[in-house]
Amino acid sequence: MNLAESLRIALRALSANKIRSALTMLGVIIGVSAVILLVAIGTGVQDEVTGSIEGLGSNLVFAFPGNFEEGPSGGGPGGGITKQFNLDDADLVSRRLSPDDLVVPVLQGAAVVKAGNRELRTTLAAANEFGDEVFAADYLGGRGYRRSEVTAASRVVVIGSRIRDELFAFQDPVGRQIDVNGQRFTVIGHLVAQGGSLTGDQDNQIYIPVTAAQRILGTSDISSIVVKVGDPARIEIVRNQIRSALRPRFGSEFSVFTQEQTLGILSQLLGTLTVMLAGIAGISLLVGGIGIMNIMLVSVSERTREIGIRKAVGAKTYDIMSQFVIEAVLLSVAGGMVGIALGWAGALALRPFVPTEVTGWAVTLAFTFSAAVGVFFGVYPAYRASMLDPIEALRYE
Amino acid sequence: MQPKADIAVSAGGRARRAVLEATGVTKSYVLDEIQVNALCGVDLSVHDGEMMAIMGPSGSGKSTLMHIVGLLDRPTTGSVRVEGEEVSHMSPNELAAVRNRRIGFVFQAFNLLARTSATANVELPLVYAGVSGAERSRRARAALELVGLGDRVSHLPNQLSGGQQQRVAIARALVTEPSIVLADEPTGNLDSRSGIEVMTILQELNDNGITVVLVTHDDAVARHAERIVHLSDGVIVREEMVDARVLAANRLAALGETGR
Repeated sequence: MNLAESLRIALRALSANKIRSALTMLGVIIGVSAVILLVAIGTGVQDEVTGSIEGLGSNLVFAFPGNFEEGPSGGGPGGGITKQFNLDDADLVSRRLSPDDLVVPVLQGAAVVKAGNRELRTTLAAANEFGDEVFAADYLGGRGYRRSEVTAASRVVVIGSRIRDELFAFQDPVGRQIDVNGQRFTVIGHLVAQGGSLTGDQDNQIYIPVTAAQRILGTSDISSIVVKVGDPARIEIVRNQIRSALRPRFGSEFSVFTQEQTLGILSQLLGTLTVMLAGIAGISLLVGGIGIMNIMLVSVSERTREIGIRKAVGAKTYDIMSQFVIEAVLLSVAGGMVGIALGWAGALALRPFVPTEVTGWAVTLAFTFSAAVGVFFGVYPAYRASMLDPIEALRYE
Repeated sequence: MQPKADIAVSAGGRARRAVLEATGVTKSYVLDEIQVNALCGVDLSVHDGEMMAIMGPSGSGKSTLMHIVGLLDRPTTGSVRVEGEEVSHMSPNELAAVRNRRIGFVFQAFNLLARTSATANVELPLVYAGVSGAERSRRARAALELVGLGDRVSHLPNQLSGGQQQRVAIARALVTEPSIVLADEPTGNLDSRSGIEVMTILQELNDNGITVVLVTHDDAVARHAERIVHLSDGVIVREEMVDARVLAANRLAALGETGR
C-alpha cells in the first residue's frame, strides 16, 4: 500500500468524525498560534526597542550611578545606590571633553499637569539645551528651551503630542500656560507624534529644563548623564574620560555604557524573553499533542473491528501502522497550518497596540514542531493498532 | 436438481488436489484458569472446486476451525497447508499476504467498513495487494456486477439491505480471485429470502469453479453443499456426501421473481 492510499484512508477517517477531528486539532491550533503570536510580539518589541535606540545614533555614551558593570560583587543595584549624580558632576564631565561632545544631564520624574480644569498624570523628562539634539526631538511647532532658560531655571515646557491633544484639544498650545506640579509653566513648543513605544511613551511626556525640574521635584540630583560624542571614533576615549571625571567622587559606584553595549544588553534581555515566551507557548503545543494521542487511542479502540476487517483481507502490520500515524500527522499538520494562519492574523491585528513581527524561523519552528508532535504522539496508538490480533479484533464489539 | 453421480465424479476426480489441508490440528486456550480444548486433532482437506460445509452445534469448534484454516488464528499443534504450502511457521505479515491472495472471507455480521461505499469496500483487499486505482475500481465493479449489485456501487452499507450487504461482502471475498471462499454462517443475520439469494450466489460461484467452505450450525444451509463434515466437541465425528443437494436457485424461482 502506498502513501497516497494511506493518505486517502486517513482523510476519510478524519472527515467521518469532523467535530472530533476539529476539536483535536484545536489543541494544536492554539499551541501553534500561541507560539507564532508570542514570538511575533517578542521579536516586534525587540526590533522596536533596539530600533528606537539605534535611531538616536550610535555615538551616545550613558553614565548612571551604581555599579552595573562588575556584577553583583561590585555592590551594584542590589547593594543600594547611595550617591546620585548632580549638575556639578555633569560639569566635571563636560570640562574633560571637547566642545564637540555634547553633555546632557538627564532627570526624570512624575508630574501632574493641569490646564484649566483638565488634569493629567504624566512623566517629565528634563535636560539641558543640548537635549533636543542628543535625543533627536522633532518639533511640530514652537521651539526648545535655550541655554539662558536652563541657567535661569525658567518655567518653560515642551509637551508631547498626547499631552497637547488632551489638554488643548488639538489647538496650538504655544504661549499657553499649564501647571506642572502646582507651578505655572509656559508652553514654548510641542512635538510630532512618535506613536506607541516601549522605551517610554514620548508622546505622553513633558520636557523642561533640568534646573526647573530640580526645583519642582525638590532635589539637586540628576538621574543620569548622556554624552553625544562628536567623533564616533573617539567613543572609547570619551568613555574613559567620563570614568576618570567621575571616579574621584564616586569610586567604582557608577557605570558608563556606550550605545552599542546598551543595545547588546537590551537585545540579549529581550531575546531571552522571546525564547521564554516561545517556551511557554510550546507547552500548550505539547498539551495539544497529548490531546492527539488521547483521541488516537480512542479512535484505535473504537475502530478495532475495522482493523480486524482490514487485517482479515490482507493488511500488514505497517499498513495499519502507517494509516494511524498518517492520521495523527494530518491532524497535527492541519492544526499547525490553521494555527500559523491564526497566529499570523492575530499578530497583524495586534499591530496597532503592540509591535509584532512574524518571523520565518517561528513559522518553521511551529510547523516542524507540530508535525513532530503528530508523529511522536501518533506512533504509540498506531503501534497498538498494528499489533492487534485479527481474530480478537473481529470479535470486538 | 443435480444428479448424484456428477458430484461423486467431480469430488473423486479432484481428490488428489487439496486447496486446503489441516492435519492433526488442535487448539486449546485458557479461559478463567480453565483449559479449553476447542479442537482435539482435526484432519480436514478441502478439494479444489468443491463446495463443502463444516457443521456442528455452537461450541463444537467449527468457528475456531474456520479461523485456523483461514489463517486468522494459529493452531496449538498440527499443520495447515494452503495449496500445498505449509503456513504454521509464517509471520503475521506473511499470513496477511496469503489471506489477501488466496482466501476470501464472508462473515455472519458482514463486516463491511461503515461509511465506506460498496466499491471502496470491495476494493479493500486490492488496496493491500498493491493494485493500482483504475484497475482496482474496474475489478471491484466487475465483482459487484457478479453478485447483482451493479447498480449499487456507490451506496454506503447503511443504505443497503442485509442481503445486499452480504453480497457486497461476497464481492469483496471474490475480488482477489482467491483459491477458496470461507463463509461463516453467511445467512445467519439474514431473512430467509435474502439467505436464499446469498446461497444462490455462493452456489453460482462454486459452479464457476470457486471452492467454497460453509461453516454453519443449520442443517438446511449445510445441505447446499456437496459434502458435510460434522464437528462435535472439537473432533470430526462424521463426514457425509449430500445426496439431495439443495439448489438455492430453484427455491428462489419458487418464491417468484420480485427483484433481487
